[in-house]
Amino acid sequence: MAKAAVDVPPKGGFSFDLCRRNEMLVKKGAELPKFRKTGTTIVGLVFKDGVILGADTRATEGPIVCDKNCEKIHYMAPNIYCCGAGTAADTEAVTDMVSSQLALHRYATGRESRVITALTLLKSHLFSYQGHVSAALVLGGVDVTGPHLHTIYPHGSTDTLPFATMGSGSLAAMAMFESRYKEGMTREEGIKLVCDAICSGIFNDLGSGSNVDVCVITKDGKDYLRNHQLPNPRTYVSTRGYSFTKGQTEVLSTKITPMKEKVEIIEGDAMEE
Amino acid sequence: MDLNLTAPHSMGTTIIGVTYKDGVVLGADSRTSTGMYVANRASDKITQLTDNVYLCRSGSAADSQVVSDYVRYYLHQHTIQLGQPATVKVTANLIRLLSYQNKNMLETGLIVGGWDQYGGGQIYSVPLGGTIVEQPFAIGGSGSSYLYGFFDQAWKKDLTEEAAEDLVKKAVSLAIARDGASGGVVRTVIINKDGVKRRFFPGDALPLWHEELEPCNSLLDLLPEPMST
Repeated sequence: MAKAAVDVPPKGGFSFDLCRRNEMLVKKGAELPKFRKTGTTIVGLVFKDGVILGADTRATEGPIVCDKNCEKIHYMAPNIYCCGAGTAADTEAVTDMVSSQLALHRYATGRESRVITALTLLKSHLFSYQGHVSAALVLGGVDVTGPHLHTIYPHGSTDTLPFATMGSGSLAAMAMFESRYKEGMTREEGIKLVCDAICSGIFNDLGSGSNVDVCVITKDGKDYLRNHQLPNPRTYVSTRGYSFTKGQTEVLSTKITPMKEKVEIIEGDAMEE
Repeated sequence: MDLNLTAPHSMGTTIIGVTYKDGVVLGADSRTSTGMYVANRASDKITQLTDNVYLCRSGSAADSQVVSDYVRYYLHQHTIQLGQPATVKVTANLIRLLSYQNKNMLETGLIVGGWDQYGGGQIYSVPLGGTIVEQPFAIGGSGSSYLYGFFDQAWKKDLTEEAAEDLVKKAVSLAIARDGASGGVVRTVIINKDGVKRRFFPGDALPLWHEELEPCNSLLDLLPEPMST
């Protein structure tokens, strides 16, 4: 959070007093409840005919993997999708909210949504919450003005790039993009590079894991490839199911306690049947 | 290694505005960082506000983008109501107004540059507190501390367009060489009565300074002779 240059009470906007109190308590040793975070690798790139987005599918709660196959590529509009990293609740809420605003805007104007509209709605929301809504996003889509790819940071700053990575695995994924990205790639080359970037996040970053989701957006429509790659299959599943013969667990001692008659009528008659 | 990827985006920056005979030259590097990580190595810190006024941004990326978005919006309205292009002075004053009134929330230093028919080429600097200073040349961002002496020595009145652009290019490349938070390419914008020219100079088109090495594909090329196994 930007350190205030002068401590003057703000005259408008939101109050972040309680956030500052919580920060102080954490500094003093209090433990805040853990949120479900998506320690994540999300990426996007612009190719010849449009945009490709990619994401891993691991969600974590502190050191625990709490969802092994979650969806991180969110719907914004039929021609716009958005990858989210950070607190799962925040990315989910902020993309849902903006996608409904975009839908209303489409009904009002009768025109296809533009990526820049989604970008502006997202960044103004995030900026007004001064980084407390922790959503780091990769926004991609194709509209009447062509393909667009943007990154949005929790504090509300945005970048426009030909290829982008976000989340804890962004360094691993960026290494793939920096060495192999070219302008004017084909759809197949693009999907391959996106998958390799996500896989480098899955295998080299502890916060990322499980499967690869891909979403290809062109001017002719989208192609959502859910679980496009499964580099971490469960190898220990028995195809025959689990059945154990009796006696697998040794009985060490047996004690039988008979049930006691506890009902007692103190007054009146027992009801007759 | 503490990369601190959760830090807000900031533009540890070098930004420059220089007036010359017929207008102004603006210059900036292209590095945006979060903590120790370069989040964008080819960012554009010189944003267009109107046809004839541009803005160099430094400090928090989010804050400076919001300020420039608001100013662009107000200026569009102002231009329609006035029926003629907004002056550089009006633009600078709007930026000052926002920077001063929200000084407790914002962390951004800005340099406004442009040309109008009344004042010709002008540079205004709007630093952190929200004051406004008209200057023949202005430097800003973390890289500027390496450039004060250079500008005191090298800046002259009524430079030609080429000399002014060369000065800006040289200054930004000097700052990139010494300031860790500045880097990437050099972007320039030249504004005069004939319009706007935008240029960019990639790293290999910049001069090499003290102890800098020629670009090469492998570090092994730097060794005097091939390593023997």
